[in-house]
Amino acid sequence: MRIPCVYCGERGHEEFAYLGDATVQRPDASSATAAEWHDYGYVRDNPSGSHRELWQHVSGCRAWLVVTRDTRTHAILSVEAARDVALSREKAAP
Amino acid sequence: MCRGAPTGRRLPTVRYSISSLLGQAITGNRGWKPAWRRTEPKPVYDALIVGGGGHGLATAYYLAKEHGMANIAVLEKGWIGSGNIGRNTTLIRSNYLLPGNIPFYEHSMKLWEGLEQDINYNAMVSQRGLLNLYHSDAQRDAFARRGNAMRMHGVDAELLDREEVRAFVPYLDFDNGRFPIQGGLIQRRGGTVRHDAVAWGYARAADRLGVDILEHCEVTGIDVVDGRAVGVQTTRGAIRAKKIGLAAAGNSSRVAALAGLRLPIESHVLQAFVSEGVKPLIDTVVTFGAGHFYISQSDKGGLVFGGDIDGYNSYAWRGNLPMVEDVAECGMALMPMLGRLRVVRSWGGLMDMSMDGSPIIDKTPIDGLYLNCGWCYGGFKATPASGWCFAHTIARDELHAFNAAMRLDRFATGHLIDERGAGNRPNLH
Ligand SMILES: Cc1cc2nc3c(=O)[nH]c(=O)nc-3n(C[C@H](O)[C@H](O)[C@H](O)COP(=O)(O)OP(=O)(O)OC[C@H]3O[C@@H](n4cnc5c(N)ncnc54)[C@H](O)[C@@H]3O)c2cc1C
Ligand SMILES: [Zn+2]
Repeated sequence: MRIPCVYCGERGHEEFAYLGDATVQRPDASSATAAEWHDYGYVRDNPSGSHRELWQHVSGCRAWLVVTRDTRTHAILSVEAARDVALSREKAAP
Repeated sequence: MCRGAPTGRRLPTVRYSISSLLGQAITGNRGWKPAWRRTEPKPVYDALIVGGGGHGLATAYYLAKEHGMANIAVLEKGWIGSGNIGRNTTLIRSNYLLPGNIPFYEHSMKLWEGLEQDINYNAMVSQRGLLNLYHSDAQRDAFARRGNAMRMHGVDAELLDREEVRAFVPYLDFDNGRFPIQGGLIQRRGGTVRHDAVAWGYARAADRLGVDILEHCEVTGIDVVDGRAVGVQTTRGAIRAKKIGLAAAGNSSRVAALAGLRLPIESHVLQAFVSEGVKPLIDTVVTFGAGHFYISQSDKGGLVFGGDIDGYNSYAWRGNLPMVEDVAECGMALMPMLGRLRVVRSWGGLMDMSMDGSPIIDKTPIDGLYLNCGWCYGGFKATPASGWCFAHTIARDELHAFNAAMRLDRFATGHLIDERGAGNRPNLH
């Protein structure tokens, strides 16, 4: 499995560290309920198919990436800089 | 491959014994009967078990044997033995550290010790010992602590020094430049069991007690009415049931999602390897303490070994090359003679990695729906106790003392069972 880093190009996945599901979002600490913290910390969709996930290019540029990958085939569908994803999410939020 | 008999007829109960073996031998082995019936689903059962792996089959067997239920079916989407029960590296042990785990795994070990008599099936249970090596002072202290915890629970454990280890397994690289072997913790009652014989043996024993084993029967929906599970949709039609137990291992999240449940689980791939057959070499199980690597020898002569999970969500049933390299490097650091052997096979299986590395055997928020999952890469050794406890939980609607800590809500209440101390990172457990 090779991941095309947005900065460094295609590299073997052993250069990257895996964090997991990129769709879970830290709840607002000032208002979140215990149930929301529980879901954020522990509960995952774990889909068979397309999965958005966080990888860090630890043995390269050290950037965090949001990789969309098919968990049935390991095919990489798209790669975005996690920073860009976070910024566009912020912009979209009211 | 389908080992079921072609009809729903009841099979004559043939006990396997030395006399049945000799009798068959002199008549050319032509009289053996299929080990379980092939049968059509009935419209209604008292209990359904989803997943015909080791855990599902053991659950059905103990439901029938310990709780007197007979109207039970096991629903398996593939064939019996197609999942992880037929893919694991066959190690059994009960060398855990935490109170929520030790009594459960020791119960499993005791069930292994009597299993072959109980189910009248040769599962090749071999208590050849399982040795965990340590390579530093800190690791020795941690192993001493683990050994003490085990002994306080009545489990056997012995701390060996370097010379005792050398006398036991002289072929290791004791003076490895980076990871010299300082000693090890051995559980002599640990060892190996022939994995697919466990599936076939439980299937046959459950069948003898009236359990229907339905292969090629994939559950595609779970019917929930007013907060109660009442039946399932399958590729072989709808089936109603009073109680439904889920034991789908690597597919737990997908099956639970059919009832609208989201789980504290990620599915990951774990690989294993077998070398060409060689003469008897390793008469125990050895694990490397400076990386993730373990090795034993099968009765056919192949060396069976493996290491870590690949580390990313996967439903692909195969891994990638970096883990192959990692396992090979660990193997060479432990036992340089391995470099002369050819690997003849490697494969992957799907692990239901939980958020604290420990399993779940519990009821669910839906009445009549029960959950057995989160076995990570250590669920084979748990097979008998998992089935035994899950049967208890399903039959009595309560947890047994052995699985009392393995609750689904422990992540909400903070009562995690985190042997590794790695937190909510499934790929680190
Ligand atoms: C390479 C490898 C090495 C391992 N080594 C060890 C070891 O040495 N020691 C140890 O203790 N453990 C080990 N394990 C872990 C162990 O194999 C598993 O934890 C255990 O087998 C899981 O339980 P099971 O036997 O019930 O799973 P499975 O055999 O996977 O059973 C689950 C079944 O559910 C079925 N299923 C899924 N979805 C559906 C559906 N919708 N409808 C119907 N059926 C469905 C599947 O087809 C499957 O047969 C290893 C695993 C692997 C992959
Ligand atoms: Zn990079």
